[in-house]
Amino acid sequence: MTSPDIAIIGGGNAALCAAITAAEAGARVLILETAPKSYRGGNSRHTRNFRCMHHGPLGPLVDSYTEEEYLADLMKVTGGKTDEGLARLAIRTSEECLPWMEEHGVRFQPSLSGTLSLARTNAFFLGGGKSLVNAYYRTAEKLGVQVEYEAAVTHLELDEDRVTRIDYTQNGQTHTIAPKSVVVASGGFQADTDWLARAWGPAAKNFLIRGTPYNRGVVLADLLDQGIEQVGDPTQCHAVAIDGRAPKFDGGIVTRLDCVPFSIVVNKDAQRFYDEGEDVWPKRYAIWGRLVAAQPDQVGYVIIDAKSLELFMPSVFPPIKADTLEELADKMGLPADALVQTVSEFNDACGDTSNFHPTELDGVTTTGLTPAKTNWARPITEPPFYGYSLRTGVTFTYLGLKVDEHAQCSIGNRPVTNLWAAGETMAGSILGQGYLAGFGMTIGTVFGRIAGKEAAAHANAN
Amino acid sequence: MQMQTDFLEEARRQAEICNACRYCEGYCSVFPALHAERAFSDGDLTQLANLCHNCRGCYYACQYTAPHEFDLNLPQALANVRQDSWEELAFPRAAGKAFQKNGVLIAIAAVIGFALLFWAARALSSAGGEGFYAVLSHNAMVAIFLPAFLFPLFSIAVSLRRYWRHIGAGPFRPAHLFEAFRQAANMKDLKGGHGDGCNFEDEDRFTHARRAVHQAIMYGFLLCFASTSVATVMHYVFDMPAPYGLLSLPKLLGVSGGLLLVVGCIEMIRLKLRSDRSLGATAAFGGEVAFVGLLGFVGFSGLALYALGQTTVMPTLLAIHLGAVLAFFLLTPFTKMAHGFYRLTALTAEAGRKG
Ligand SMILES: Cc1cc2nc3c(=O)[nH]c(=O)nc-3n(C[C@H](O)[C@H](O)[C@H](O)COP(=O)(O)OP(=O)(O)OC[C@H]3O[C@@H](n4cnc5c(N)ncnc54)[C@H](O)[C@@H]3O)c2cc1C
Ligand code: SF4
Ligand code: SF4
Repeated sequence: MTSPDIAIIGGGNAALCAAITAAEAGARVLILETAPKSYRGGNSRHTRNFRCMHHGPLGPLVDSYTEEEYLADLMKVTGGKTDEGLARLAIRTSEECLPWMEEHGVRFQPSLSGTLSLARTNAFFLGGGKSLVNAYYRTAEKLGVQVEYEAAVTHLELDEDRVTRIDYTQNGQTHTIAPKSVVVASGGFQADTDWLARAWGPAAKNFLIRGTPYNRGVVLADLLDQGIEQVGDPTQCHAVAIDGRAPKFDGGIVTRLDCVPFSIVVNKDAQRFYDEGEDVWPKRYAIWGRLVAAQPDQVGYVIIDAKSLELFMPSVFPPIKADTLEELADKMGLPADALVQTVSEFNDACGDTSNFHPTELDGVTTTGLTPAKTNWARPITEPPFYGYSLRTGVTFTYLGLKVDEHAQCSIGNRPVTNLWAAGETMAGSILGQGYLAGFGMTIGTVFGRIAGKEAAAHANAN
Repeated sequence: MQMQTDFLEEARRQAEICNACRYCEGYCSVFPALHAERAFSDGDLTQLANLCHNCRGCYYACQYTAPHEFDLNLPQALANVRQDSWEELAFPRAAGKAFQKNGVLIAIAAVIGFALLFWAARALSSAGGEGFYAVLSHNAMVAIFLPAFLFPLFSIAVSLRRYWRHIGAGPFRPAHLFEAFRQAANMKDLKGGHGDGCNFEDEDRFTHARRAVHQAIMYGFLLCFASTSVATVMHYVFDMPAPYGLLSLPKLLGVSGGLLLVVGCIEMIRLKLRSDRSLGATAAFGGEVAFVGLLGFVGFSGLALYALGQTTVMPTLLAIHLGAVLAFFLLTPFTKMAHGFYRLTALTAEAGRKG
């Protein structure tokens, strides 16, 4: 094939934003997506919203959400480990992204039922991330962007500070192209569980991957091996506790469990290990991935009783149900005596529950129990009893390519003249740890557009 | 009532996944109704199925469609339940079972309609009448068409009553019916949650074709119906029997309605042929297309009659047209035509639930 002006590696949100922007600047663009068409769009196909700054009502967003408030929210979750300059750039640009997204086919809807707390800060995609991805592919193709599916990039050849060649395989054949500009938007490496296990230890083999099986970090490893500037370390990842019955890959949003605050959570020895009622669930669900990962066999068990069953959003698998705790333990493979004892110790530590309030911190706490349950502590007494198993579900990894405000990669102390990165694969440049709901799509949209613009300017000038 | 459990089970499985996901909430009336429940009875699923208008937006948006192991195909799952509910709720049920999915039987019914009218024309032709009434006396027409009109109405009323009970809807309130009519009149849902239309003809591309075609058929049909009604009033109240001149109200309504109906039906069949059949009730495809064909033929033969009413082929054309009309009326409760009634009822019940 004749080489395009710009090759974009990846087929998710960041890649598409880059492709559309570059094509609108007049460049001939090729997207290399390793997934087949039915699975195109990486993790972006699983998303539901993006976080957007705005002065006054904007699209589906109410009130306003200022730069300072947005930044403060970010600083809180990352514990200050944030590149403030790039974060401000992402936040400030997010406001113009929303109309840009609409112009390019994305449709928004009011916050989903059960997520009203996000109505001010996060704009939800009508139909979710896959409909966003579909709309962008339509737009890109109309602009003449060429898309190759099942095209797995294996290597970028570097000559000093320039990418001279891209190798990819498709249908068992190897192809080589030499585009003028290259944008890497191929996500993290979380789907390569061997790599995860090297970083985390063998426990990582038991992790589930919430999103695409195609983000295996092949391009990331290839570039880091050649000395492209790195950011973050491989042990950092965003992980949450999800239903233990979820598929190994691609289980997505429906495998989340929101019942922890109303439960006790035990390990496989039927022992509690953390305060289930520490905070409201949206603020705590991200720490439970690590908590469960630290337990034997990387598994946890949520136990609730009949009175709590309807307090949380239903999830995809029905709970395991039993009339007695012994029977429940039996069905879940837990030691029955130990479970009965743990529950009765917990029940004995519960006090006055008359202030119980499911949606706010109610201070209904245990006394004299370690670990304590500091909110929503009601005895587990009312049959039938229900249980869910919990496993660690990895959302994405933080190890990535370091970029500047032009989304450009560097080697040694100088920029690589024709290499840009966008999305998950460079998110570590902004977030050192922690995560703020909806910020992943903001980073991808903002830096995808920047990368597309810069890559096109370079290609058009050369 | 004995609906097919495999269809219900499959719809239930998928509804539970959607209830944990909710990404499609803004597309149509199905999702808000779905998210209001935690568990789905057979009646709930039947109601959801009849709220769905098979726009396929949720299929192309879904991250869990095959080859994913969750294998979501909500448009198909709901279409199967919906189709099955129309068959099971039909009165008499055997007729629903026979015609809903069977295009050949619909065609045979139409041919029997023609034959009946030819026979009637021969046996009951009137001596004194003018125009059409020379072929078939006015009284003979009334004798044939009044029951053919009243029976389907009665049958549908029985079915809708069964439906109302099956879904466990509350007391009927006219205000809710009014709300349902309002939604149906501009086919709000067919615009999609965003106003870009359906995903019917070209995978995930949104188009308004299906809504436009529906509007053409619905208004075409209503105009034709209005034409007949006006003519009836003119006949009985003002003592002005047919034939009517070209600029008379019945003809103006009838010709414009007929044209809309024919164009609408042709385009509907073309759309259906372009669409991906695996996102609908596959088994009913033949029956649906045959029904649309019959409806289009009613319009077409009516127009032909207008055009050639003064020629010698008129008696033949009249028998064919009236035969088609007769088959169409009698089949209404047992074909796709019934969907409008069920949909209106479902919207009414939903308006009631929302209070
Ligand atoms: C279940 C789930 C829900 C989420 N919800 C949200 C949300 O609501 N809001 C939010 O902001 N973020 C959310 N995120 C995070 C979000 O998905 C990411 O931040 C974002 O999608 C990253 O976009 P991207 O384009 O960088 O990567 P991706 O969308 O993952 O795209 C990477 C692309 O690269 C391709 N690729 C990988 N390797 C190669 C190769 N060697 N050759 C060619 N192509 C390759 C992949 O196939 C894929 O198309 C969620 C994540 C998950 C898993
Ligand atoms: S159809 Fe798919 S994307 Fe839509 S709500 Fe259901 S599971 Fe979610
Ligand atoms: S096919 Fe259309 S109408 Fe039916 S459930 Fe899906 S989005 Fe709603």
